[in-house]
Amino acid sequence: MMVDLMIKLVLAGIVLFAVLNLAGFHTWVERKQSALIQDRIGANRAPILGFRALGMFHGMADVLKMFTKEDIVPKGADRTLHMLAPFLSVFFALVTFAAIPFGDRLVIGDRVIELQVAKIDAALLYIFAMLSLGVYGVILAGFASRNNYAILGGLRATAQMISYEIALGIAIIGVIMVYGTMDLSEIVRSQGQLIGGWLPRWGIVVQPVAFVIFVTAALAETKRLPFDLPEGESEIIGYFVEYSGMKFGMFFLTDFLETIVVASLVTTLFFGGWQVPYLTPDGFHFPWGWEIPVANWLYVLFGVASFSIKGLIFCFLFMQLRWTVPRFRYDQLMSLGWKGLFPVAVLNVIVTAIVLVFFGEAS
Amino acid sequence: MAVKVVRRPELTFWEKLYLPQIFCGMKITSRHFFKNLFLHIAHLFGRLQHIPAAATIQYPEELRPLMSRYRSRHRLTRRDDGSPRCVGCMLCETVCPARCITIVPDEHPDPDVEKFPVRFDIDLGMCVYCGYCVEVCPEDAIRMDTGILDLAAYSREAMQLDIHELLDPELRKPVAACDLEFPHQCSVHGGEMKGGWEGTAVTPSS
Repeated sequence: MMVDLMIKLVLAGIVLFAVLNLAGFHTWVERKQSALIQDRIGANRAPILGFRALGMFHGMADVLKMFTKEDIVPKGADRTLHMLAPFLSVFFALVTFAAIPFGDRLVIGDRVIELQVAKIDAALLYIFAMLSLGVYGVILAGFASRNNYAILGGLRATAQMISYEIALGIAIIGVIMVYGTMDLSEIVRSQGQLIGGWLPRWGIVVQPVAFVIFVTAALAETKRLPFDLPEGESEIIGYFVEYSGMKFGMFFLTDFLETIVVASLVTTLFFGGWQVPYLTPDGFHFPWGWEIPVANWLYVLFGVASFSIKGLIFCFLFMQLRWTVPRFRYDQLMSLGWKGLFPVAVLNVIVTAIVLVFFGEAS
Repeated sequence: MAVKVVRRPELTFWEKLYLPQIFCGMKITSRHFFKNLFLHIAHLFGRLQHIPAAATIQYPEELRPLMSRYRSRHRLTRRDDGSPRCVGCMLCETVCPARCITIVPDEHPDPDVEKFPVRFDIDLGMCVYCGYCVEVCPEDAIRMDTGILDLAAYSREAMQLDIHELLDPELRKPVAACDLEFPHQCSVHGGEMKGGWEGTAVTPSS
């Protein structure tokens, strides 16, 4: 019992460490990637003992700055809610990672460790519940600030999240129908099968439309460009106008955390999670006949590496997208959500159902 | 009444789909990203230095190349013996539209020269960098080619240059020590007259 608890704690520690560091790293990536895209050099002026490390210390400097800044609560604001909002935001973004499997079963002695902090049968539901609750942080921030711009940002966020959550949920239904489960580790496991003996049964292969809808709607959930209307730094500053210091930093962190959540969700649902093509627990089985046996720990390591690499690639892609596409206008945002994504998602479910009834295996 | 009909092109089906257009945009940004990334890495290994990876000029370490006719901070040119070429004709002070030049001339021991400045001040806080003083000077005694652009100071007084800084563009306020040998009203020594003409017993009349 104690050992199990310790294992879970260690797993949670690893996930928290990796995710928070990756979010911090994102600030650097955002600066440097945008700089490269725009033919600039990017932040490179925070040396420690003469080492600039390509500007990587700017993130640390920023955190130090934010912790030492004055924390201002505006006059007339609801002090409790104003204080609670950023913590709620970060909390719900962080707990989402608990249900994401980042590797297959690791066998140490006679103990089998699932590389997933919380093994929940309805992991998908849990994740979407947490993502939806994340909007409370935003609404409360807008509401408690007692600032017109902040509440505008909060309202925009609410409308946007509710509109896109529907498309998001319906897109996921297709995936659930195909794999027949809501358990994320089971979904990943069944993505290891091969279609016709050579094509991995990844979500992108069986549900390409759901993939496009999911990525679009999930990007809208992260509240980053092209869907950053709640923030809209050039029109209203957004729901966190009245936040300073590390509380503002926490909203900033939430943005990056949500990007990582979405990247890992896309990886898990559509790109085989920790699956490496043709790698089964006893080794590689290539369709052209090669077989390479692989030890269990190496197999798990391959899986974790595969998950991380895919996740990082998606983080990169989302960042690239963020520096490519301009912000939507509000009516365009709504019509894209309700007239574009929603009907297509419903159609996708219907088509998936028909295909499953006529061509589905054993169901 | 003339009416100009502005035809706004209708979006085609592919453009309305968003996705192909987003991919076009991603192509452009990715091209820039990977090209610049490759160039930055190549520069690290000392290759392809002639192709810049960024348009950035890292001021103040790197300065932008100035045009040869660019008007930067003034300087006074010197004769071979180190004294200023200025003959104190007052033309620049007269032509200056901002009235930022103050000259106090005195008699020169050499009968071919007539005068020289014991004081030559330019108030950069007032200067408009028109370059008339350079144009009007008959002796090529004042030029605006030092390339100094960072003319910032904490007070108006620090913007006022006197003959020390003008003769030596390297000098900045406050000037630590006076090394001028010809007679001048030395601000370093509280406005006293300092220096004398070498080999002549002439003392400036004041």
